[in-house]
Amino acid sequence: MNITLSVNGEERSSDVEPRRLLVHHLRDDLGLTGTNVGCDTSSCGSCTVLMDGESVKSCTILAVQADGHEITTIEGLAALAPAGDGEAGALHPVQQAFHEQHGLQCGYCTPGMVMAAVSLLAENPHPSEADVRLGLEGNLCRCTGYHNIVRSVLAAAGELPESEEVPA
Amino acid sequence: MTATDVPQAVERGVGARLPRKEDARLLTGEARFVDDLSIPGALWLGMVRSPFAHARLGNVDASAALAIPGVRHVFTGADLRDGWAAAMPCAWPVTEDMKAPDHWPIAVDKACYVGDIVAVVVADSRYAAVDGVDAVEVDYDPLEAVVDLEDAASDRTVIHDGLGTNRSYTWTLVPDPDAVERAFAEAAHVVRERYLQQRLIPVAIEPRGVAAVPGVYGGDLTVYSATQIPHILKIMITATCGVPEAKVRVIAPAVGGGFGSKLNIYAEELIAVALARRLGVPTRWTEGRSENSVATIQGRGQIQDIELAADADGKVTAVRVKLLADMGAYMQLVTPGIPLLGAFLYGGVYDVPAYSFECTGVFTTKTPTDAYRGAGRPEATYAIERAMESLAREVGVDSAEIRRRNYIPSDRFPYDASSGLTFDSGNYEPTLDRALELVDHGGRRAEQQRRRDAGDTKHLGIGIATYVEMCGLAPSRVLASLNYAAGGWEAATVRVLPTGTVQVVSGTTPHGQGHETCWSQIVADKLGVDPDSVEVLHSDTAVSPIGMDTYGSRSLPVGGVAVAMASDQVLDKARRIASHQLECAEDDLELVDGELRVKGTPTKAMTLQAVAFEAFSAHDLPDGMEPNLVGQVTYDPPNFVFPFGTHVAVVEIDEETGGVELLDYAAVDDCGVQVNPMIVEGQLHGGIVQGAAQALWEEAMYDDDGLLRNPTLTDYCVPSTAEVPSIKLDHTVTPSPTNPLGVKGIGEAGTIGSTPTVINAIVDALAPLGITDIAMPATPERVWAAIREAREAQA
Amino acid sequence: MIPAAFDYQRASSVDEAVGLLGEHGDDAKLLAGGHSLLPLMRLRLAAPAVLIDIGRLDDLSYVRSDGGQVLIGALTRHQDLATSDELRDQVPLLAHIAGQIGDPQVRHRGTIGGSIAHGDPASDLPAALLALRGTVVARGPGGEREIASDEMFTGFLETALAPDEVLTEIRVPAVGAAPWGFQKFVRRAQDWAIVGCATVLGNGTSAEPGVGLVHMGATPLRAPGVEDALRSGASPRDAAARADEGTDPPDDLNASAEYRRHLAQVLVRRALESTQP
Repeated sequence: MNITLSVNGEERSSDVEPRRLLVHHLRDDLGLTGTNVGCDTSSCGSCTVLMDGESVKSCTILAVQADGHEITTIEGLAALAPAGDGEAGALHPVQQAFHEQHGLQCGYCTPGMVMAAVSLLAENPHPSEADVRLGLEGNLCRCTGYHNIVRSVLAAAGELPESEEVPA
Repeated sequence: MTATDVPQAVERGVGARLPRKEDARLLTGEARFVDDLSIPGALWLGMVRSPFAHARLGNVDASAALAIPGVRHVFTGADLRDGWAAAMPCAWPVTEDMKAPDHWPIAVDKACYVGDIVAVVVADSRYAAVDGVDAVEVDYDPLEAVVDLEDAASDRTVIHDGLGTNRSYTWTLVPDPDAVERAFAEAAHVVRERYLQQRLIPVAIEPRGVAAVPGVYGGDLTVYSATQIPHILKIMITATCGVPEAKVRVIAPAVGGGFGSKLNIYAEELIAVALARRLGVPTRWTEGRSENSVATIQGRGQIQDIELAADADGKVTAVRVKLLADMGAYMQLVTPGIPLLGAFLYGGVYDVPAYSFECTGVFTTKTPTDAYRGAGRPEATYAIERAMESLAREVGVDSAEIRRRNYIPSDRFPYDASSGLTFDSGNYEPTLDRALELVDHGGRRAEQQRRRDAGDTKHLGIGIATYVEMCGLAPSRVLASLNYAAGGWEAATVRVLPTGTVQVVSGTTPHGQGHETCWSQIVADKLGVDPDSVEVLHSDTAVSPIGMDTYGSRSLPVGGVAVAMASDQVLDKARRIASHQLECAEDDLELVDGELRVKGTPTKAMTLQAVAFEAFSAHDLPDGMEPNLVGQVTYDPPNFVFPFGTHVAVVEIDEETGGVELLDYAAVDDCGVQVNPMIVEGQLHGGIVQGAAQALWEEAMYDDDGLLRNPTLTDYCVPSTAEVPSIKLDHTVTPSPTNPLGVKGIGEAGTIGSTPTVINAIVDALAPLGITDIAMPATPERVWAAIREAREAQA
Repeated sequence: MIPAAFDYQRASSVDEAVGLLGEHGDDAKLLAGGHSLLPLMRLRLAAPAVLIDIGRLDDLSYVRSDGGQVLIGALTRHQDLATSDELRDQVPLLAHIAGQIGDPQVRHRGTIGGSIAHGDPASDLPAALLALRGTVVARGPGGEREIASDEMFTGFLETALAPDEVLTEIRVPAVGAAPWGFQKFVRRAQDWAIVGCATVLGNGTSAEPGVGLVHMGATPLRAPGVEDALRSGASPRDAAARADEGTDPPDDLNASAEYRRHLAQVLVRRALESTQP
């Protein structure tokens, strides 16, 4: 079946089998391998992308369901930076915050985690720590214990308390 | 040079919270994991796995599968049996008489666990491979599953006919049996505890994957694998598949977490190689999550019997331990050795005069066990830290006091433990003091009492554990004494390239640990350069041919030390070149701002880059000196390193539901000198949550037929951010005297400390009810049932 | 994992979907947000031969008041329910529950109609529908009919919908400020409830109590014992003691039946004691 998606701002038309999962369409057909697959039950959130600006799990959407919709993957995120000029090498503020706060280690869950955080902040620009923790409930990370992920999201929102470091 | 540039190298060297070099490619989707690789012409493999825990294999009917468009071939164990040069490797036959079955990548006669591969489908696409697997029909003649460890040990049903028993080995460590007997005979207090270490599924968020690309005419072979151990995999591909080692290149591209689960040689890697060579085309395979739960090794799986003897004051006089350890169906790479990594640590941080340890490894019809974050040390720490709580109750002192009475005094280091190891350095009590302070221990205890007095159904519990672990695997001679097949050294090369870039080649294989950043910081310190001008190469056997990879919290204390030593060699050579060209004595040179300057005459100087170029051009080097500015070191550590710390957890238990909430968590750890404190903290955060997950959420649940009941992440409860609190960290610094950086490993410490901390907190909360144990994971239902039972007993 | 192959049909109207269902019979499944069906298909626990995609019927996404009722289009997403001012005002229980289903990504895709038509006993919205004594509207070849929530859930993952009917609308009383409560016991925030319950004391005009239970049997359930007790003026504690009456909760890897019975009593009591507003 022929479908056309707007992916990171570009129209992409393809012929896909109806059962093709959006995540495989993005990865295998469109070469956007930043979106990862970590489970088979919609549990881990590694495959999170934005569909019409909202976080969704691309392993639980058929490519044909996404026909006609706007998809943003991690590869297209930097272009969404408020002051972003789409220049290669620029980072979105959420990506930048993950870098500065050490919100990633192996990096496998990271694209999904970042996209979930972007969607969360779009819905709630000034979240509390509890809001962030609940808002990222659909994304699993095995490396960070989430501590620095939460700090990253709060920092991106400008909500990180200044002196919360434990003094040495 | 501007004023801000001057201190920069120092500020960004050892000790700096330098954001990671690795991040940008991972944050943008640019990093390539195995499944991301585009490999033209690759055929996809799908594994047909036994749905039975124990079954004789009958006919394999591939006709329906082969009729599916895109399915090319189906191979069985018999089809490939003659192609293997050797069975799958176990590198750690812990005793001379250890019994282990041949382990073929595809089962030949019998399947011995759910997930054992019985056939492989080769297809044009990812989807066709899955369809093919679904369509292969295998006749199974089910046999009795062997699930329970003690039942397995009884040999009621023997799994591997040729062995005649399920008991693979018994390994003992009893340096002075009489001393142990005497201590128990004379003890004022004896506690005897039995603890169960449930099986855990490691759940690296990236499932495994492999791609094998054969050079049909050149005879070469490139293998991409989601592995922690490309160097070891290369050797084992030669051993099992018969490819000459010189022809094999193994690359671990971006790897999405390991936690020990990718410290192995897996059937799928070898099948991919064998079929790529047989078919003459690239092959590839990516694991599914539910598949991972049965096909990738699991962790823990022990029954622990621990006894403490103590004098009237609660001073421990002996520790005696007996383990039954679940090997699973086969020996994987280091399966039998995992309990031994804990064997020396059941005395914990305490000054224990007499020690006895025995472990029996037993086969069951379940997924093989092997290294999982901490590997043997979490189990040991759990047992001693739980047992110390029992002793505290027995003696009638609190959790902190029993520990203070028993800590190895700080003036006894290096400390010769009765288990036979020498602990390099330690100072335990300050970590306890600080951790208690961080959770407001006094205030929490008062609140706990207030709630108890008020009959509150929300119980507060405070748990403490102090751990020491042995890591930095490992001194090769010690490994030899444990019958481990390889050494524990690490290699590093440091080169200053003609344009001044410093290139580091490391034999470690990072998969989230930030070696590129940390090694750059070490080099920056040593050579006075900016870490951004350092490039770190790794994880590709063609680029880094010598290495022992990443596991056992070894990378910094072994590999990082090698980098430091190779940098020293570079600096030495640079001094010799500079002294030659500047016509001064080497001793007159000092390294300032990346320049070698003649002391007192700062205008007489050469930058490191200039020296490197001179070394490269080789026009004017000291007589007999080889060109190029390179240092190369293979470092074999003289001892393990022994990080330690104290963790304190505060939990709230809802008596009505049994729900346990982690309210507060503080950890004060000591890994010696910290190269990058931000990365140290990250390792601790992650480790703590992973260890807490064993206490509260995770368990591989098998039914009586040996079927894993919770293979999906819907049912296997890896905690999310919503279940865990922020973590309070602090640290002390007690450098290791055994290496020039003074560093210790920190990759596993969090996991080792947190499991007993959380369970101790739960038991503390429920102590007034007379509850002294709770099985892991402490699910709400288990806690509720324990409370109900205790209430009924009280009534 | 990957679903088995299927034929895909995209319906452009409810009537077309009804026609396609009639054509393909039991082989066909409706696809809305897909967050109940696709996970089963990926594990190959479901393998329908035909999927009829109704996800583009935008006219089935709405929340609107109509007299004493609130009408909700079947394709209204959990996220839309949770953020609907109308629903927060008129049926705050439903908005609250919708905001707690699964995780944000699930709420961005999952629909109320899909959730109710799937009839999963572990799912939250059906229990709320029961507590509210709502109805659903189904359209089939013979036109529309309204099904009372008490008639809706007939067996494990089975509903009163005929194979050729499409659920189009959910109708619930505009209970407004009537006290309500919701409790969901989970091990992890994103999990299905081990046990949950929704309570509404009154429907805006009468004080008729409604109590729905999650994961206490093969279907979403009402707790008639609790409702009877409340009608006769029992305290929350006494009423809640009857929460597991007539239930047959599952015994599975997440909880024993006995524990679920106990939890039902605790959670119903808490829901009644902590009633909002």
